[in-house]
This record gives sequence, C-alpha cells and structure tokens, in this order.
Amino acid sequence: MTRISLTVDGASVSDDVEPRMLLVHYLREKLGKTGTVIGCDTSNCGACTVHLNGTSVKSCNVLAVQADGAEVTTIEGLARDGELHPVQEAFRECHGLQCGFCTPGMIMQSVALLQENPKPSEEEIRLGLEGNLCRCTGYHNIVRAVQHASGQAETAGATS
Amino acid sequence: MTAVQERPGAEIGRDRRRKEDQRLITGRTRWTDNLQLPGMLHLAMIRSPFAHATIASIDKSEAEKATNVVAVFTAADLGESLGACINAWAITTDQVTPAHPPMPADRVTFAGEIVAVVVARSAAEARDAAELVDVEYDELPAALDLKEAAEATPENGGALAHPDLGTNKSALWTFDSAEAGTGGNVDEAIEKARTDGILIEREYRQQRLIPAFMEPRSVVVDPTGEQITMWSATQIPHILRFALAATTGVPESKIRVIAPDVGGGFGGKLQQTPEEMIAFAVARRLGKPVKYTETRSESLMSGHHGRDQWQRLTLAATKDGTVTGLKVDLLADLGSYVAIVGGGVPVLGAFMFNAIYKFPAYRFNCQTVLTNKTWTDAYRGAGRPEATYAIERLMNELAAEVGVDPLAVREKNWIKHEEFPFTTVAGLEYDSGNYEAATAKARELFGYDELRAEQRRRRESGDPVQLGIGVSTFTEMCGLAPSRVLGQLNYGAGGWEHAEVRMLPTGKVEVVTGASAHGQGHETAFSQIVADRLGVAFEDVEILHGDTQISHKGLDTYGSRSLVVGGEALVKAVDKVIEKAKPIAAHLLEASVDDLEFTGGRFSVRGTDQGMAIGEIATAAFAAHNLPDGVEPSIDSEATYDPVNFNYPHGTHLCAMEVDTETGALKMRKYVCVDDIGNIINPLIVAGQVHGGLVQGIAQALWEEAVYDESGTLVSGSFVDYLLPTAADTISFDVDHTTSPSTTNTLGTKGVGEAGTIASTPAVVNAVVDAVRHLGVNDIQMPCTPERVWKAINGAHGGGHADTEGAAAPHFDASTGMEGTVDRTTGGADA
Ligand code: FES
Ligand code: FES
Repeated sequence: MTRISLTVDGASVSDDVEPRMLLVHYLREKLGKTGTVIGCDTSNCGACTVHLNGTSVKSCNVLAVQADGAEVTTIEGLARDGELHPVQEAFRECHGLQCGFCTPGMIMQSVALLQENPKPSEEEIRLGLEGNLCRCTGYHNIVRAVQHASGQAETAGATS
Repeated sequence: MTAVQERPGAEIGRDRRRKEDQRLITGRTRWTDNLQLPGMLHLAMIRSPFAHATIASIDKSEAEKATNVVAVFTAADLGESLGACINAWAITTDQVTPAHPPMPADRVTFAGEIVAVVVARSAAEARDAAELVDVEYDELPAALDLKEAAEATPENGGALAHPDLGTNKSALWTFDSAEAGTGGNVDEAIEKARTDGILIEREYRQQRLIPAFMEPRSVVVDPTGEQITMWSATQIPHILRFALAATTGVPESKIRVIAPDVGGGFGGKLQQTPEEMIAFAVARRLGKPVKYTETRSESLMSGHHGRDQWQRLTLAATKDGTVTGLKVDLLADLGSYVAIVGGGVPVLGAFMFNAIYKFPAYRFNCQTVLTNKTWTDAYRGAGRPEATYAIERLMNELAAEVGVDPLAVREKNWIKHEEFPFTTVAGLEYDSGNYEAATAKARELFGYDELRAEQRRRRESGDPVQLGIGVSTFTEMCGLAPSRVLGQLNYGAGGWEHAEVRMLPTGKVEVVTGASAHGQGHETAFSQIVADRLGVAFEDVEILHGDTQISHKGLDTYGSRSLVVGGEALVKAVDKVIEKAKPIAAHLLEASVDDLEFTGGRFSVRGTDQGMAIGEIATAAFAAHNLPDGVEPSIDSEATYDPVNFNYPHGTHLCAMEVDTETGALKMRKYVCVDDIGNIINPLIVAGQVHGGLVQGIAQALWEEAVYDESGTLVSGSFVDYLLPTAADTISFDVDHTTSPSTTNTLGTKGVGEAGTIASTPAVVNAVVDAVRHLGVNDIQMPCTPERVWKAINGAHGGGHADTEGAAAPHFDASTGMEGTVDRTTGGADA
C-alpha cells in the first residue's frame, strides 16, 4: 500500500492504495466518482479521459500513485456552481451524444482540445478526438458540438 | 391516419433537446457497473482458449485458497440451478438446436466459452485467482470455415461443431414465389435470360462483425430481498425476466429485472447471456449480491457477433435492364449455438432481397450452419443489411452490363409511388413510399451530374486518383410486426408493445413504456408525443422504463420498433385517458358529453367559454368528491398495441469516393442521404440516429471484420485489432428527408434506427467499385482495405473479374448445403 494525496474535483483526498491500482479504478471504486467510465482494456477507447494537472489523460493508463500530489478533474467536477461547462452545454445543444457512455471522455477531451486550440477547424477537431471512440453518433454531432462550443457554429442543424 | 400538421401542438416535429442528457453530460448516469451493494461479491470468468475441446479436468484448489476468494464454481457445482440459455426462434420445426448451457460441463464449443467462475471480495482478487484455476483440455477438430462446415458429415470426416448432432446444418428455410403464389417461376426466368437476356451471377461475402457497444456488458444480482433483483446492461429486461423464469424455475413474480442506463446495444445486448445466468445462479447459491462486468476483450470474444454469410445470387433480366427474376442461396454462420433469435436473422433478410423493386419471380434458400465460433445474432439491421447489400451491388452490375447509369436501372425496376400499397414478390405489403422523390432530392443535394462529369474528366485524363460514385436505394421492414405473422415464422414471442399513462393528482403525467431505451432518446420523443396528444407541457411528462417492477409488460427495444409500436401503444393509452376523463368533465361542467370537445389539453363546452384542463380532471378524479355515479376515481389508462403491419422506411444514399489507384487508399469526399421515414417526431434525434447508422454501415464496407485464425482464436479480440472508426476516419454527412407518412400507425411514423446502416454499406462499396470499374474491377471483398483495393486494381487475374481473398475460399456449390433434409436434434434447448 502506498499513501497518496491529491485534489479531485476541487476536494483534497488522501488514501492508501495498492501500487498497481489504476487511476480510473481509484476514482470509481474508492471515491465513487462513477462519472468516469471504462470502455476497454487496451487504452484505445478514451471513455476514461480525465484531466491530470490540466492535461487530458486516459485514466486507465495512469497509476493512482502517479497522481500523487496532482490535481484531477473529472466530468463530475466540470460544472461549476451548478453551471454547466460550455462544452457540456454544446453537447446537449448539438445532440452530440446518444447512449452517453463515451460522453464523459469525449467532453473531457474536447475541453482539453479547445484549451490548446480555441478555434479548431473541422479537421483539427477530428484529429483531436481520434483517441476517443463513439459507437452511436457517427461523430457528426460531436464535431458540431465542439465547433459550437468554440463559437464557430450557430446551431445544430438537424438536417446537416 | 391523422396528419401531423392538423394538430396545433408544437412538440411533434420539433428539434427538442433531450431530457436524458443532463445526467449523461454531468457523469450522473446509472450504469450497471456503478452499483455498489453492501457485501457484494465479484465474479471472474474462466474461458476456454480452444475453439473445440473436451474438458479433461478442472483443478480449482489453488484458486480456492487465494486471498478473499469465496468460492470457485464449475458446471458440476452449480448443476441444475444454472438453467439454459434461451433459443426463441426455431425458423423451421426441425431446426437442429444444440442445448446451450451457460457453462458446459464437459465440452467447449468456441474460444471464450466459460468453464468456471471465481467469486471473490473484489474484482481484482477474482481476476487474480482466475489465473490459478488449472483446466486441462483435449482439443477436438473445430468447424471454422463456413462452407466446409456446411459440407461436413460424419462420413466425410469434416469437423462437426457438435459431433453428437451428426451435422452442422441447423435449418434450411426456403421461399419460392411460384409456390407461394406471389410471383412467377425463377428457373424459367433464368433460362430465358440465359438465351435472350442478361444473367448476373455473383457471390458475396458478408464478413463477421461485432456490435461493439461502448458500455461493456455488466450484471448485478441481489438475492437478499423478497425478490431476486437483476440489474443488467441489456436491451431486453422484460424478455430476460421471462427467460430467467422459464429456464431456472424461479417464478417470474420473484424476479425483477432492471435495465438502468444502458450504453448502446445495436442488437448486441439482445440476449439472455451465460454471464447473466451464471451470476444469477451464484447469487442464489451464496445468498449474496454479486457483480460481473466484462472486459472489452471478453466482450469482443463472447458477446454475440453479427452478419457472417455467403450469398450466391443469380439475377435474370431483359437486355434493356428489366429484372425478370432473382435467386438467392445463402449460407449463414450461426456459430456454436443458436442464439436467442440468431436462427431467424438471415430469414428476416429473405423478405428484403427484392428491396424496392417489382421483381416478377423470386426464390430464396437459406441454410443456417453451426461452427465452433462465437454465436451470431441480431446486429443493427439484422438480415436486412445483408440483403440490401447483395441486391444493390447486383443492380450496379446490371447497370454496367446494360451500359446505363445505376440510377436509371433502379428507376426502371422500382415500385412507382402511385402503386402503393404494394404487395411484393416476397409477399410483404409495403405501406407507402416515394422512391422518385427521395432519389430526386438526393441527386440534387449531391450534385450528381457535376460529380459524374468530374469522374469522366478524371478517367479521360488518367488521373491516378479516380472518383467513384456509389448509389444505394433501400427499404427495410421495421417495427416487427403483427404477432400473428411472427407466429407463422415460428418466432417465440409477439410483436406488440405496452404503455401506461398515469395521471398524477397534481396534473402531471407519468408514462410507462415497455420499450426500454439504450441511447435512442425515448424519454424525449415519447414526452413529445404525450405532450401534443394530451395537451400537457413537455416538462410535465415523465417517462419510466427499463424496470419490470414499474413496467410490468413489454417487448423491449430492437428492430426499430420503439416509436412505431411503442409510440402507437402510447397514443392508444392517451386516447383512453381522454375517453375516461370525458364523463367526469361533462359532470363537472354540467354539460352533456356530446357537447364536449377536447383540444389543447382542455375539455370545453361547445359554444361557451366553459372548460377544464385534463390535469384538473385528474385532480378531481383523485379527490373523488364529486364524480358521476358508477365512474371509477381514476383516469389512468393502459394499452397494448399489436401492429397491423410492418412499416417500410426507404431512402436514397449517394457516396463519392476518391480512390488512389497507385496505393489503393480511399478518401470519402461526400455522403448524401435522403431517407423517408414518414412523419418525424424529433428531427434532431432522427438525424443522430442516421449519422450513427451511416458510420456503422460504412465501417462494414471499409474497416471492420471479426477475424479468426486457423485454430479458432479471435484475432481481432481487442480494439487494437477490431477497427472501430474514429472521428478522424469519418466525415460529416448531408442528411435530408422526404415524407411518405406510414399508413399503418396514427402518427404516420416509420422506424429509423437501422436505416443508415442498411443503406450505407452498398453505397460505399458501389462507390469504390465504380471508381475502378474501367480498370476491369467488378468486385472487392469487404472490408475494402487499401490492400484489397490495390490488389483488385492490379489483379492477379490481369483485370477482368477481380477476385480477392474471399473468393479464394473453396468454391461455393449451390447444391452443397442447400438441399436435403435436416435431422431433428435430440438435445434441443428451445424454451
Ligand atoms: S478505458 Fe481507458 S481508454 Fe478505454
Ligand atoms: S454516445 Fe454512445 S458511444 Fe458515444
């Protein structure tokens, strides 16, 4: 067991964890932060994406001990004071989700993408989301959502 | 039929943002794997590495000693309480149906089959201990190749998936239009075409696909209450409860199944799974709550697969391109067991090979075959994509043969819009449609003529990058359908759906539906229907689903049935509420029932300003202080609706694809589709369904394939090898609609969930082939990888017919596996 201390969604936490425990399991099982989900066992799907010190990571690819001293933001910490993050709003506005399983990871990745590049082109959005799989939306409306959040698309056209 | 426009209500037809989204975008979703119950134990499955083997011994002593391991169970330990996985569709009365134990005792029949289960205090400890279970196997010859499996007999020494059955042939299902009286004799049509017409003979492979929903399957069973409660990431909570009761002997009233939020399905969660059965048995045995969540690799290996067919087709036509007959011989790989509706999936396709066309003669033979691979069952479209692919590829071949545009040959053969309703050569009655309108709109949106001109320019200049234009027109049968018809097909269940409308004392409305969602937005679309029909606010309607305790009756969600069957049940339940409220309203308003009219959620007395809202009547009925004599103090209502027919969405899809003839690389330039799904409740949701469907169909054309090696191991057993498309692989689509309201339901709607998938696969492959047809290519095996495209262009055959890997398999002989009778099994597991 190793002692770790970190900040998760604004709250500081300390725990003894097994050295092999993955961050995603720590978040889900120890902290009950089930908003972050697991979609694969090969780090391919991106469903588990969170922010570690402000950068997006696949939390199934990070050991909990590696997050010692870090600041972690999950989908559950994205809304502030009951106000949805603009990217969360954009996903709803543009119907960028169906079953919603990929959504926490997609939103976290999109937030990170826009931090780096506030006005991405469609191509840049598509490349930026390459590590996150979605089986429902065909990505069309996810791309729209990111464009919308970046102020580059007025509405989600149902017919385009 | 009520035209939507007649209703002043603003909800139907409106781009409503979804009610579901608040929880999904904030991480407050109720996935099964999120559940933590006090004292819960965790399961890890031990799975066979072999495709076919007898289990010589299982030594679990080391695992039992491991830290925090509570028990290790094999089939012998759990015995009768394991039950059997259900098969609900014997497509013929003599279908060979091997018994399907959730955990076999002595012989495994595919790689990934469960032979033991470890129960421990944590999931990680269960997985660790699973490594310590020592299973000895004696490998048996495995039936892996579909064509070889079809031919195998004990006499010729071919491998049998279940040696005790003496055959791999499960069922032979045939349809002949001459015998059925729906058309002419196909042999005569073929003979005539051979001497004086055009005969197109082709063989197409429908590769094996994996549904690959993003949420892995998960099950939690709590046996500690009055009932046994199962939470499962399933599409079919109601059917699952029935199946558990029927196969374990636990009374239905003692089982509650909850499908909380479910992360996608696409048919892949339409099953009573071995994992659910094992969790159920273990929980009962130990008297403690248990959880099992599969890993992605387990999911790909042992969740059911889809497609996997060989199609041999003969199309007869006159020299001007008028089709005179179609013959289809199909081999369908069921895998090692006949899954819940797996035996029926290829037969659903049988009705769709004639697609939108007026074929005068038709024959279909379908041989389903058992192999030592994961079992196959419904996958988005289920039978219809396979049929649509074949016919839309053939129509392009016919156009090439006649020397006309692919759209022209379609136009020559399709049903004209004034001919609806139309009874097809397969015996279906198409409700409504307008193929001319959809095609004209798609052509225009696409810029068809301009792109054809560009294609000509590139050909003439010998541009290394050629342009292909892919056409696909389609129709499908959805909203399965009158129970009577399903009964004639030997299907084990009906096609109805149930709905209940509860008028709460405050005037708000709770609606219960048996159609449980897994991403389709039922809570939103159904609220829109109720809001308009009942005249209440969208926000005042709450939709409840996915819990057999709350929604005691239903047939769940698959086959694009929710709106067209479940929505119609809802309409009927709402209408009953209004009927029940009427005498109370008349009484309270001191008017005659005949003088009342109901509009905008209010009963009003004609010619006066007197009136009452439906919510006020709900309140009055609840208080029951002043009701007419003999009237019950409730206006709650329910309805069970059995559809009068399937319904038939259709559409025209056009794809432009750039093909680099030097490398085989493909680049999709444009994709346009115009779908006609009748009246639309929520255009935003519909567009989302179409986009997702398109990418799933495009993925079959270009990327996805479940591949086994010669020993029967699934090579594409993770997302590293099973190539789901990413955002970077795909493009944005142009999606539009035409509207031919369905005549078979009040709302005039048709299903949309599978449309994109059905139509896009042939559109894409037609585009790829079209780009290089002038180089002598007329077929490329799916998925059309750059390597296959390159090989086709630089054909080992020196141009001409470009055979690819698929066709290197033993040649398909129509007489093989297609004739003869099938022995009845002894160990059937039908229930
Ligand atoms: S669960 Fe982390 S990438 Fe799939
Ligand atoms: S919304 Fe279902 S996987 Fe993305």
